[in-house]
Amino acid sequence: MRSFTYTRAKDVPSALQDLSSHQDAKFIAGGTNLLDLMKIDVMKPRHLVDITGLGMKSIEERKGGGLRLGALVTNADTAYHEQVEKRYPLLSHAILAGASAQLRNKATDAGNLLQRTRCYYFYDTATPCNKREPGSGCSAINGYNRNHAILGHSEHCIATHPSDMAVGLAALEATIRVTGPQGEREIPIADFYRLPGDMPQKDTNLGEDEIITAIDLPSRGFADNYAYLKNRDRASYAFALVSVAAGLEMDGDTIKEARIALGGVAHKPWRKPEAEAMLVGKKANRENFMTVADAYVQGAAGFKYNEFKIELARRSIVRALMQAAKIDQ
Amino acid sequence: MINTQHIGTPAKRVDGRAKVAGTAKYAAEFEAPGLTHGVVISSAITKGRIKKIDAGEALRLKGVLQVFSHQNRTKLADFDKSYSDLDSPPGAPFRPFYDDKIQFAQQPVALVVAESYELARYAALLVKIEYEQEPFEADFENRIGQAYAPEEYNSTPPPEPWGDADVAYSKAENQLEVEYFHPSQHHNPMEMHASTVRWEGDGRITVYDKIQGALNSQKYIMGVFGLAKEDVRVLSPFVGGAFGSGLRPQYQLFMAVMAALELKRSVKVVLTRQQMFSFGHRPKTLQRFSLGAAADGELRAIRHDVFAETSKFEDYQEDVVIWPGVLYKCENVKLSHKLVPLDVYTPLDMRAPGGTTGILGLECAMDELAYKAGLDPLEFRLKNYSEKDGNEGIPFSSKELRECYRQGAEKFGWYKRKKEPRSMKEGHNLIGWGMAHGAWEAKQKEASAKAILRVDGGLVVSSATGDIGTGTYTIMTQIAAETLGLPLEKVEFKLGDTSLPKAPLEGGSWTASSVGSAVKAVCDKLGQKLLELAQEKEGSPFAEVKFDEVEFRNEQMRLVKDPSIAIAVTELLRQNKMDSIKAKVNAQPAKEQQSKWARYSHSAVFAEVKVDEDLGTIKVTRVVSAIAGGRILNPQTARSQILGGVVWGIGMALEEYSVMDPQQGRFINHDLAEYHVPVNADVQDVEVIFVEENDTVVNPIGAKGLGEIGIVSVAPAIANAIFHATGRRVRELPITLDKLL
Repeated sequence: MRSFTYTRAKDVPSALQDLSSHQDAKFIAGGTNLLDLMKIDVMKPRHLVDITGLGMKSIEERKGGGLRLGALVTNADTAYHEQVEKRYPLLSHAILAGASAQLRNKATDAGNLLQRTRCYYFYDTATPCNKREPGSGCSAINGYNRNHAILGHSEHCIATHPSDMAVGLAALEATIRVTGPQGEREIPIADFYRLPGDMPQKDTNLGEDEIITAIDLPSRGFADNYAYLKNRDRASYAFALVSVAAGLEMDGDTIKEARIALGGVAHKPWRKPEAEAMLVGKKANRENFMTVADAYVQGAAGFKYNEFKIELARRSIVRALMQAAKIDQ
Repeated sequence: MINTQHIGTPAKRVDGRAKVAGTAKYAAEFEAPGLTHGVVISSAITKGRIKKIDAGEALRLKGVLQVFSHQNRTKLADFDKSYSDLDSPPGAPFRPFYDDKIQFAQQPVALVVAESYELARYAALLVKIEYEQEPFEADFENRIGQAYAPEEYNSTPPPEPWGDADVAYSKAENQLEVEYFHPSQHHNPMEMHASTVRWEGDGRITVYDKIQGALNSQKYIMGVFGLAKEDVRVLSPFVGGAFGSGLRPQYQLFMAVMAALELKRSVKVVLTRQQMFSFGHRPKTLQRFSLGAAADGELRAIRHDVFAETSKFEDYQEDVVIWPGVLYKCENVKLSHKLVPLDVYTPLDMRAPGGTTGILGLECAMDELAYKAGLDPLEFRLKNYSEKDGNEGIPFSSKELRECYRQGAEKFGWYKRKKEPRSMKEGHNLIGWGMAHGAWEAKQKEASAKAILRVDGGLVVSSATGDIGTGTYTIMTQIAAETLGLPLEKVEFKLGDTSLPKAPLEGGSWTASSVGSAVKAVCDKLGQKLLELAQEKEGSPFAEVKFDEVEFRNEQMRLVKDPSIAIAVTELLRQNKMDSIKAKVNAQPAKEQQSKWARYSHSAVFAEVKVDEDLGTIKVTRVVSAIAGGRILNPQTARSQILGGVVWGIGMALEEYSVMDPQQGRFINHDLAEYHVPVNADVQDVEVIFVEENDTVVNPIGAKGLGEIGIVSVAPAIANAIFHATGRRVRELPITLDKLL
């Protein structure tokens, strides 16, 4: 582990100031991913700005409905928050499907969104990886790519984003609130993550000089008809092979609106609004769900060890929608 | 032993409190004045040589003491023999820092020693190493053509064929030819390998090592560094799991000792979790079976051919092919075991080495054959039950496997099973019931122990064995307390110290048997001495009494036929003005008697799985494991061992897999986030049944050992249950959901 300097910020402006005045600086809050990566020399910040003193630890009502999750609320406090459980059970379930109880107690909501990929090669500094070392090559494309992307990948990177919470937020169409030297701005979650393209080292569209201050949840939470389905290699403490966040707005057995976000399949939570739209005005039944599932995976391309994810994604979408619509067969 | 005050009762672990309270110290937790810390640098290439090591920048940091490598190492032994340890397979053991050659990925290439761990870890990043890469061979499947039979064996050589398997196979009404594949797996005990070497001055060292037998570390250090026995004391009082990874001294021991001798300072070296994937592992293995049965399901032919990974410098072997002869009656059997050399570190014994692998393949293949013959899997096994060991042609000293089947099947509800695959369903889940049986050797090795009974009534018994978490401290305390009629609190058992009487490596399920026999023998010897003391007194009621006419109970020696004639053992010492009384024994197995019998523990495991028919996700919802392991010394620690075996069997069937990327030549899922072992949520209802056996052949205490029998038949029972649920045979572990889509 390399040596680094460390400061504690008192407020957002001083945190931004600290960040910009140090070379290779990073914010640290829960540190559940950053410290691991520093210990194995994958991330090498020279300066850490501790932001745990900035407040942003509460969950508040927004005007016009919805909730605002402070950036530093822990994953556990979010998942078990009475209003989140009641109005956004999809988000609660997504968060609780990730990590372990110990990690969720420590990890913050903003930190969760910024965790790095779990590609094996990203974690092994003896192997080439464009995300870790741009231009060195991608070991996963022709290597062991079981947990890699089937959608939106590039010849430079086929990594996936590992967050479950982000998949839930994508289905809910949350907004990320950020502050930078130019002031505040809002980034819809759909625009927050990037596809790898030829710059896989950059996971998100958050500016180098910006800080996440909150996550805004819109008023609609799909609390009556939702599902978070996560397929993984063991019952807990494993990243998703394929996960599905599904939310339906129903009128009897007719669908008024559908949201579907996939995890474990791409560099970002995967949504396809034109496919979701196919369900509007349709009956909630297996046949219609199968049609939308087919549309969702259209264009997906697997690799030697993850080809199965395409079929798994298809079936998982159907299952999640069935669960959301509360129908068995 | 007539008494059953302690043996057979569920005593809590005598070291439980120390472990929970944190006072039990493990190798990395020992301190020493002026302790320094070493961090190992692992090779970034798989094969080739080190061209250059530039440690200048690291050495310029204040507090960095030295960077050791092949360039500045101590003078080391010249011959392979000096590097071999008590568990070395035939070949040339790996020599750390010996020269510039790189033989496997993550090979240790340098050790940075500094005043603090953090500093050493930082300095390690500043050492610049240039390599010259060479092509390597890490692709097992492509190298099977190069397989060879080892010239020298340190395992059981494949038994000679009997009957004519090829002819019998060709005539059999039911024929099956299948291949089963088992991946590499790493032990991954919770405690990483670590050594703390305390510099005692004048070239003497005390070593705290993670090892399954302190004597093995001592032997290794003496051999490699040419030290005298009295200059090297090794202690290993607690081991945080090992599963075989601690049978051989690992390279952190070499590094810590070399640094301590060179720097004349105390040194601690702890491996990282990633480095836990840099040495021994359970080998990747391909098994080919040709099985023939008559129309009624009677076995006619078994061919079992094994191809297993080894390194290019040692011929690692394990007993993969002895199990057909132990577990089935068959007149025509042909076996082979060949090695596939790869540029990897030598594989290493891992819980039930060979048995876990061989029984997995055998039991899945037999399940297939049972279906071919139209028999229920349990019925098939009963039909082909072995009354003697086919490999040796000798009877079993005891074998309560039928009773294991009976009790296990009854508890599980096996007789309600519908035979057809995909015939049981609940919602989205297909339900499957599978079973398998297994065996493991009940060996006894030579072991020594000493005992001291003090006038205050305290007894200290000791032997240089180990306790890797299995309960050795507890059962030895129970055996000693039982033999001399003392409460457990008055007995202390010491282990893990080279200054104690010699004991074998703690492995192979032979510790209870071997060290337990020594502990019983030494306590009996003390008892005899106590009887002699009593007899010295004039007019003693014990005067004409033989040893088998007395018993020890309630801290007294008394007559069996008249327990009212009794004397406190402490009183005997007091009368003779003695502070204490001592005894020492070397307990040898009764080899001639034992050689007439096949000595094995047995298991029958029944498993229920629920498989999501759309998503392929598998849950093991119930397991019943029925064990015939001789006498059960402590039902509580025994149950824990079997539970651990079941949990590991679940992991083996569904999760564990060290992924070798043949292009990188590296195991690439080298952390516990990606190398999966079961979590609590993977383990549901587990039931353990012990069918006791009264076996006077295996050893004087009648215990067969439980370290390995608990795992061997779990994974095949689960795999067979998955077939029953889904109708799909997955012949490659682990069985992950993608293989069922």
